[in-house]
Amino acid sequence: MSIETKFGVSPPDGPLDIGRIAFLARIELTTAEAAQLSIELGEVLQHVEQLKQVDVSNVEPTAHAFAVENVWADDEAQAGLPVEDALRNAPAQRSNMIVVPKVVE
Amino acid sequence: MSTALYANTLAELAEQLATGKVSAVELTQAVIDRASTVEDRVKAFNSTQPEDALAQAAASDARRSAGEARGPLDGIPIALKDVIAVKDQPLTASSRMLQNFVSPYDATVTEKLKAAGAVLWGRANCDEFAMGSSTENSSFGATANPYDLTRVPGGSSGGSAAALAAGEAVATLGSDTGGSIRQPAAFCNVVGLKPTYGLVSRYGLAAFASSLDQIGPFARTVEDAAMVLQVIAGHDRRDSTSFRTSIPDYRAALADKKGPWKLGIPKEYFGAGLDPEVAAAIEQAITFYREQGCEIREVSLPHTEHCLSVYYIIATAEASSNLARYDGIRYTHRSAEAKDVVDLYFKSRAEGFGPEVKRRVILGTYVLSSGYYDAYYLRAQKVRTLIRQDFLKAYEEFDAILTPTSPTPAFKFGEKASNPMAMYLSDIYTIGVNLAGLPGISVPAGFTSAGLPVGLQLIGQPYAEADLLAIAHAYDSAHDWRTRQPDL
Amino acid sequence: MNYEAVIGLEVHVQVKTASKIFTRVAQGYGQPENTLTDPVVLALPGALPVMNKAALDAIIKAGLMLHCDIAEVCKWDRKNYFYPDSPKNYQISQYDQPICLGGYVEIELPGPSRNVMGEHKQIPLTRIHLEEDVGKLTHFANDSLVDYNRAGTPLMEVVSEPAIATADEAYAYLTALRTMMIYAGISDCDMEKGQLRCDANISIRPVGAASLGTKVELKNLNSISYVRDGIAHEIKRQLALVKSGGVIVQETRDYDGIAGTSQSLRSKEEAHDYRYFPDPDLMPVRVDEAWKTRLAAECPERPFDKQRRFMTEYAVPYTITSVLVPDRALSDYFEASVAAAGPAKAQAVANWIINDLLRELGAAGQELGDTKVTPAHLAELVGLIEAGTLNSNIAREVFAETFTSGEAPAAVVERKGLKADTSTDELEQWCRDAIAGDAKAREQFLGGKESAINAFKGPVMRASSGQANPKLVDETLRRLLAEN
Repeated sequence: MSIETKFGVSPPDGPLDIGRIAFLARIELTTAEAAQLSIELGEVLQHVEQLKQVDVSNVEPTAHAFAVENVWADDEAQAGLPVEDALRNAPAQRSNMIVVPKVVE
Repeated sequence: MSTALYANTLAELAEQLATGKVSAVELTQAVIDRASTVEDRVKAFNSTQPEDALAQAAASDARRSAGEARGPLDGIPIALKDVIAVKDQPLTASSRMLQNFVSPYDATVTEKLKAAGAVLWGRANCDEFAMGSSTENSSFGATANPYDLTRVPGGSSGGSAAALAAGEAVATLGSDTGGSIRQPAAFCNVVGLKPTYGLVSRYGLAAFASSLDQIGPFARTVEDAAMVLQVIAGHDRRDSTSFRTSIPDYRAALADKKGPWKLGIPKEYFGAGLDPEVAAAIEQAITFYREQGCEIREVSLPHTEHCLSVYYIIATAEASSNLARYDGIRYTHRSAEAKDVVDLYFKSRAEGFGPEVKRRVILGTYVLSSGYYDAYYLRAQKVRTLIRQDFLKAYEEFDAILTPTSPTPAFKFGEKASNPMAMYLSDIYTIGVNLAGLPGISVPAGFTSAGLPVGLQLIGQPYAEADLLAIAHAYDSAHDWRTRQPDL
Repeated sequence: MNYEAVIGLEVHVQVKTASKIFTRVAQGYGQPENTLTDPVVLALPGALPVMNKAALDAIIKAGLMLHCDIAEVCKWDRKNYFYPDSPKNYQISQYDQPICLGGYVEIELPGPSRNVMGEHKQIPLTRIHLEEDVGKLTHFANDSLVDYNRAGTPLMEVVSEPAIATADEAYAYLTALRTMMIYAGISDCDMEKGQLRCDANISIRPVGAASLGTKVELKNLNSISYVRDGIAHEIKRQLALVKSGGVIVQETRDYDGIAGTSQSLRSKEEAHDYRYFPDPDLMPVRVDEAWKTRLAAECPERPFDKQRRFMTEYAVPYTITSVLVPDRALSDYFEASVAAAGPAKAQAVANWIINDLLRELGAAGQELGDTKVTPAHLAELVGLIEAGTLNSNIAREVFAETFTSGEAPAAVVERKGLKADTSTDELEQWCRDAIAGDAKAREQFLGGKESAINAFKGPVMRASSGQANPKLVDETLRRLLAEN
């Protein structure tokens, strides 16, 4: 069956479609977990509803705590990690590459 | 004094090391021995590296003999929260997802501590991926509060606070996104500092919420905290959010800056939910400052009631994206059940993440998802501006803001774990500080009748750590709460 | 009912910087697997991005050359999606505030014949932005392998308006864009190395209709020719479908260039929800006038502008400029030679370059940068011919010497005694003999047939063992013929 059917994905309707969100987040939830999360997150979302009462007209969003621009580095190549270090925590490797189940493109 | 070696302040120990009264190996051994005595009950560490620590200590002693001691931190055993990268040491973030991960690189703060000669020992337990207020969310078991083993040490840096309080390190590093250094410091009778956002590099800190995270020190005194901050603060070109500012001599500032100061007491922080014994301890602190000649008045931070909502939208949104890299592919736990790549993601993440992490990743994914960005994330960032403006307006008049660190002292295991909202509310006094990017420090301020530590929080102006530390030092150096050691 | 095609192209161009876009490990192609990585590339816990200044310079230059508006302020956004070649499972890109907006690519369509310049059009652009490249997946029987060497390479995404009308226009667009980027030193645009990649969006609609039809995305177009062929194929497919009463489905199709067929890609998620939000780890970029001015000064002349200038300033024919211009080194060489020889000799210089120099380079397997023939040499050679010192046969011999040894043409002529014989008495006699030997040609010439003079030149050249100066021969013959 398709991933969509398996996780009960549907277009956003209703306050919290856990199946769709879990799909986007790539976390498999048991039915019980999904139900529990639905309740818990529902409570959190209810709490944050109060933000709608704040007057934010003419307020700029804070993207960064302090406004700084043009942070960059010069284009000078430096040594990276040796391949052994790069792969030292790899769950599976072959020929110095990470092995994953076959990807169908 | 008959303080055990491991219970001395960093300042005292630096002096003893410098004068040859004690060696780094002796000191490190004392800390290791202490840990072996108490760890079975405190469980502050996910792992320790005693042989490596002693080797570092030996190297420190060799340097000192050769007249090449690197400064006050040379030979001092310091533990790092298990979210800060140390090359060739585990970095688990207290998560099954990273339970076998060994870091191939050093965080910037690690490099700085190594350059200062510190003995890095122990991976301190924490809430998984720094998400929590009690360390109960660690996938490897909870840490106990040394002052009451049936209670939490606070979180998310509970292990760092407890290790220090129990004498298992001379100073520790934690991280603070919504109070995760300050609240455990208050629960465990130690000093905990969250620097101004951007003062300390985040390179090498497993990210939770990028615009809120900061690494900071736990220490026995404000002076000790200043000494650690001196080493870890400073611009880092590997962190684009790192701020360019000159780093003053923080320790000298403690002596130079004497006040009196103008301190604001935000009225919104002293309402319902505040434990009366905590309130009483804070009142005493206020009286102390008044007696020192400080002007103390009420101030209003009108958008305080929105801090929690703003935090839980922004922090979880950023976290949902930051934790996407933990996917079973390159270096994490990988599910043995996966049939294909898609399955590999779903199952590895389901197996690797604990319930609180899942909760926050799901919530964060939701608030960013199509159709909800404007209503949640964008709106929260705008209210965040208002929250910051509240503080900056207060600073037109006040040098610092004084509050309790936490509405209650350490709570019992399980007391809030089943109710996420209740757990989130325990961060109510610390969260605004992260949203505004300001520095905040918690200092020991007494005990409840049940013997539980209470913390006093001071919130400072941006990049004015020197002033903030001086204000905190005025109280800290005049009280001896820290001498009341846990009964272990 | 007649239909027209509407095509938009999304082209990814790898920027040729020394290090990657958000970290300083080197970038490159063909290195041993997973040797161009670091904590940032691998998205290890604690890694943070730091922007590469040279990548910013490159995209601003590209924007200036393509007539774009350079944004005063731009920012970086996270595009969140999971894929094994994407280490962070988000790509740092630019969503709603890209660095370049608008602009256009000037293209040239094929003319009625090879020698006639085709129509020029401007294809408008929507935007150009900067983002990071992903790793490489290789598929095997039972699994796939991931190499992250490519991950983090800076990538420019050039998005055209849906304003391309035919497969040929698409081909011309890619050729022009590619030449421009190579000219500016921004990218080598080698499609085989993945330095330039193209996806096409194709739809059809009744001619004159206002709205766009359902679009199909075509991927895996691995060469500029495949882009053209794939688009042509898709247009045909859509037309056939519509004419048979079918409905075009919005989908992504994979083009097989060898088989000349395409098929629907089933595995793609239908509606991607990328959950864009500003990257909190990166600061915005502000481009001021001073920066733009500095970079504008570094931008080379645009290829078509150069071509037009060669045709007007130097009167070099179109076909010759078409060979000179696409190769910036070659056109620089040409201009250096003209500078030495003088603009009056530009055409002659051009001819020598595209005929003799390119031929010899090819035969010797040399690059232009290796040649021993300097622009000064070429200028000298052309000068000698113009002065009558050399005829064309001797000139070729001299050129071959210079090409091999690097000896200047004048020196070669001296050393080998190759100067065209200018002894007028001998020449005069050979001319008289030639005229006397062909009464018919003489009659024709005096009767008005110009070309009849050529009949005398052969015998004169033979008599002179090829040494006679052609100009002088012509003058002498005419004088003698006129005398009679």
